[in-house]
Amino acid sequence: MSLLDVDELTVAFAGRGGPDTRAVAGVSFAVDQGEVVGLVGESGCGKSVTSLALMGLLPKRGVTVGGRAVFDGTDLLSLRPSALRDLRGSQLAMIFQDPLSSLNPVVPIGIQVTEILTRHRGLRGAAARKEAAALLDRVGIPDPTRRLKEYPHQLSGGMRQRALIAMAVACAPRLLIADEPTTALDVTIQAQILELLKELVDQQGTALLMITHDLGVVAGLCDRVNVLYAGKVVEAAARRPLFADPAHPYAHGLLGSIPRLDAPRGDPLNPIRGSINDRIDWADGCAFAPRCDFYTLDCLQGTPELAGRAGPAGADDEADTGHRVRCVNPVTTTSEATEAAV
Amino acid sequence: MSLLELDDVKVHFPVKRGVLFDRTVGHVYAVDGVSLSVEAGQTYGLVGESGCGKTTLGRAVLRLTDITSGRVVFDGTDLAALPDEEMRRTRHRLQMVFQDPLGSLNPRQNIESILAEGMAAHGIGANREERRERIVEILRRVGLPAGALSRYPHEFSGGQRQRIGIARAIVLEPDLIICDEPVSALDVSIQAQVLNLLEELQDALGLTYLVIAHDLAVVRHISDRIGVMYLGSLVEEAPSDALYAEPRHPYTRALMSAVPVPDPEVEDNRERILLRGDLPSPANPPAGCRFHTRCPWRQPERCDTERPALTDLGDGHRVACHYAAEIADGTVQPIRDLAPPVLRDVPGVPAQAGGGEEPVPAAS
Amino acid sequence: MSTTTKSAKIDRLAELTARNETASGASLWVEAFRRLRRSKMALIGAAIMAVFVVLAIVGPWIAPYSPTAQTWRDEVFVNRGEFVGPRGDNWLGLDHLGRDLFSRLLVGTRQTLLVGVVSTVLAFVVGAVIGGVSGAALAFGGRVGRQIDTVLMRLIDMMLALPSLLLAVSIAAVLGQSLTTVMIAVGVAQIPIFARLLRGSMLAQAGADYVLAARSLGVRRRRIVLAHVLPNSLGPLIVQSTLALATAIIEAAALSYLGLGNPDASQPEWGVMLAQAQRFFDQEPMMAVYPALGIIITSLGFTLLGEAMREALDPRLRS
Repeated sequence: MSLLDVDELTVAFAGRGGPDTRAVAGVSFAVDQGEVVGLVGESGCGKSVTSLALMGLLPKRGVTVGGRAVFDGTDLLSLRPSALRDLRGSQLAMIFQDPLSSLNPVVPIGIQVTEILTRHRGLRGAAARKEAAALLDRVGIPDPTRRLKEYPHQLSGGMRQRALIAMAVACAPRLLIADEPTTALDVTIQAQILELLKELVDQQGTALLMITHDLGVVAGLCDRVNVLYAGKVVEAAARRPLFADPAHPYAHGLLGSIPRLDAPRGDPLNPIRGSINDRIDWADGCAFAPRCDFYTLDCLQGTPELAGRAGPAGADDEADTGHRVRCVNPVTTTSEATEAAV
Repeated sequence: MSLLELDDVKVHFPVKRGVLFDRTVGHVYAVDGVSLSVEAGQTYGLVGESGCGKTTLGRAVLRLTDITSGRVVFDGTDLAALPDEEMRRTRHRLQMVFQDPLGSLNPRQNIESILAEGMAAHGIGANREERRERIVEILRRVGLPAGALSRYPHEFSGGQRQRIGIARAIVLEPDLIICDEPVSALDVSIQAQVLNLLEELQDALGLTYLVIAHDLAVVRHISDRIGVMYLGSLVEEAPSDALYAEPRHPYTRALMSAVPVPDPEVEDNRERILLRGDLPSPANPPAGCRFHTRCPWRQPERCDTERPALTDLGDGHRVACHYAAEIADGTVQPIRDLAPPVLRDVPGVPAQAGGGEEPVPAAS
Repeated sequence: MSTTTKSAKIDRLAELTARNETASGASLWVEAFRRLRRSKMALIGAAIMAVFVVLAIVGPWIAPYSPTAQTWRDEVFVNRGEFVGPRGDNWLGLDHLGRDLFSRLLVGTRQTLLVGVVSTVLAFVVGAVIGGVSGAALAFGGRVGRQIDTVLMRLIDMMLALPSLLLAVSIAAVLGQSLTTVMIAVGVAQIPIFARLLRGSMLAQAGADYVLAARSLGVRRRRIVLAHVLPNSLGPLIVQSTLALATAIIEAAALSYLGLGNPDASQPEWGVMLAQAQRFFDQEPMMAVYPALGIIITSLGFTLLGEAMREALDPRLRS
């Protein structure tokens, strides 16, 4: 059994005077011990809402959460708030995109770190301070004893994110959820943080749920990838097959629209047309159909299933590659674009 | 002759402090001596991380920020020396596309009014009808329906807003467009649409671009020539392909190795040069080579004391490093100890912990 | 693939995506108004305001008795503490001079509202001019502009340093006692708030990207200020003015209470009535309660509307 098993998670926000908005429309995925799983998608695909729902950090009012998220045998979504709080921090931890707003601006870093050590590991006084310094040192913050006395605004963005990671891993959580942890950082700093996360997973066996919009980050870090569109997983696969052979037109289109550093200058980009607003409800068919280059009338006959993808022609059909795609007409090498419609 | 030529441009912002009287206590050296030239019809990409001065440089070219010293020569005229009114009348030849598509559009103006404003300021189009005709034509060009005329910025998606920003620039028939992070606020699938549009327009209208961005992959995709900025100055400048094939400055190498490539094969096998530490403050830049505090190839003495000049290595490949040649032929090796400290092996972190409350403060 | 299935495909998709088209060509003001109409707070506030405005207009005609005639003078004995409470003819009873309280309250609405509106308009206009000049000068005027701004802001600081009621008292003392004095005094006391607010708001807008864009388009400075910066900076002032209206009514009442209001004390105005009733508060408290309630409810109406407008205009809440 997986460490975390998310099954048909739905999150709906009550509309103000209008219909409810389904931000997450039935998302299922699993994270195994020591595994890095990516949730990839563009703004509005529901990836961040998914992570907040797992952590129980969504507001109570006006939000309806459905489905199951089983973490080590307990359903996070039906857990009492106090029990969830106990889990959070000791076994589940999260790091956010904006390290500055995730830290208390008027409390020195040291106190924020020792607080966790006191609460979860019962360390006090000099012992807690020593351990806090060791934690900061461990995540690569130079001169940790001095840093402990500093306030968040005195640290650079990269240092703040490191401090946050130090706090998240203080109790050796079994699952770390990282929501766009490097989006606010410069590339060279991003590389440092990604390396740090990689080593954390390798050394500590922490499972990592990586939420990001950056397929480049996914390619370097994740073992398995779930591509989200309009609140549903449209393609799930191990890293290599996904990038080598994307089956959903959306994943295919995303890869075609990213300028690659190693592509020769002038290589044309093949963008996906329209924007995330051009979508239909999943109940009416495939939400991506209005932007899809390959859609047919079959695409508008109810919600497509997330089905196992047949291996390449001639391959052993028995082997379950775990490559799943939610498309009635997946992209193959012979696919030809139907003409633009909308 | 180049369309745009910058000659030792400096922009220093005074840092003032004082209770009663403001005393200048120092300067932020945002741009500290940049010389480059942009050829007509080409795209010059300026890449660098936040705080390197690239945005300030873009604004200085348009005189939206006053320059401290140096010359900005556009088509033979030094813009910095132009009287205000003449500068205003020259503005239709230099336009700008902004990073934040919504923030750069006045929320209370409809699209027609946004696009007509610059035309009115420069006397383009005799009357409203003539202007409208031209605006509709431009809207079609950037891929927006004519029905957009009477609508307001908040009614469009991010990509469409950026198209409006581009339309506002090209409606004045400029020679040069400065694109300041033109796609970084957009979703990946939309970025490609806008990049393609910029390229189409360049081909059709013979535009010259100065593209400022932090994303090296974007810059490489669109630029003919690339300048890499670090702490207010250029550290390397080369034709796009040459820069990718053979980065000569340690910073460029590190930057290039840090850009994620959406391909596991590449990601798993590439050499990664991790820089330690952060960008030093532009208010207090390091002496000598600005990069020496983070450089894995740093050599004693010379790097700390002498600021390297941008020197031509031939074929228009310019680099500001004392040891560029030695690094290239392998005589100077990177110092591994200078690599950033990553997860240290610290024993004694317990695998299990007691109950309690959340350790990670939730984002408010 | 045949053409019929192609067109069927297109039609079906167009039909499914059609409802996502929400764009309407509505400006921000229109959208804000739409949001305002959906807000309960705004509706209640507007309803209260509407009632009082109507009363202010028609009050003198529908009042059952003359507000100044001491018709029932011989029924009230102040020194013996005998007052007349609500009764069939006089719904709210009589005041200390035997005048019908209900009529006085009704007729007094006009003056009370007038003081509030006129003084707020005064504060808005003068404050906006000072703040606007100051903000525009600082943002776009270079060195000279900075000096203009400094001078104007020190002036405003001096006004802010004085307690507003004290400022009003001194103005009333200089100009003499009249209704105009009250309006000016109350208005002047509110000028600094409007000036500061507009200046701050303009400075924030002047740094916005769309202003930078207008500059790079070569738009003239005057037009940048008038067409871009100013319209986008007015939102907070409009909200503030509804709140200021409530304050103005209360301050005008306070001035009247201190005896600086309309010298013709027989003319009804809520503040004056409150001041007069105060002397008899231990014997006939209701005489003070009615005008006080009037002031409270009108202020509440304006405040509710102001708060609702603040929400409607807040760009962060834009859907």
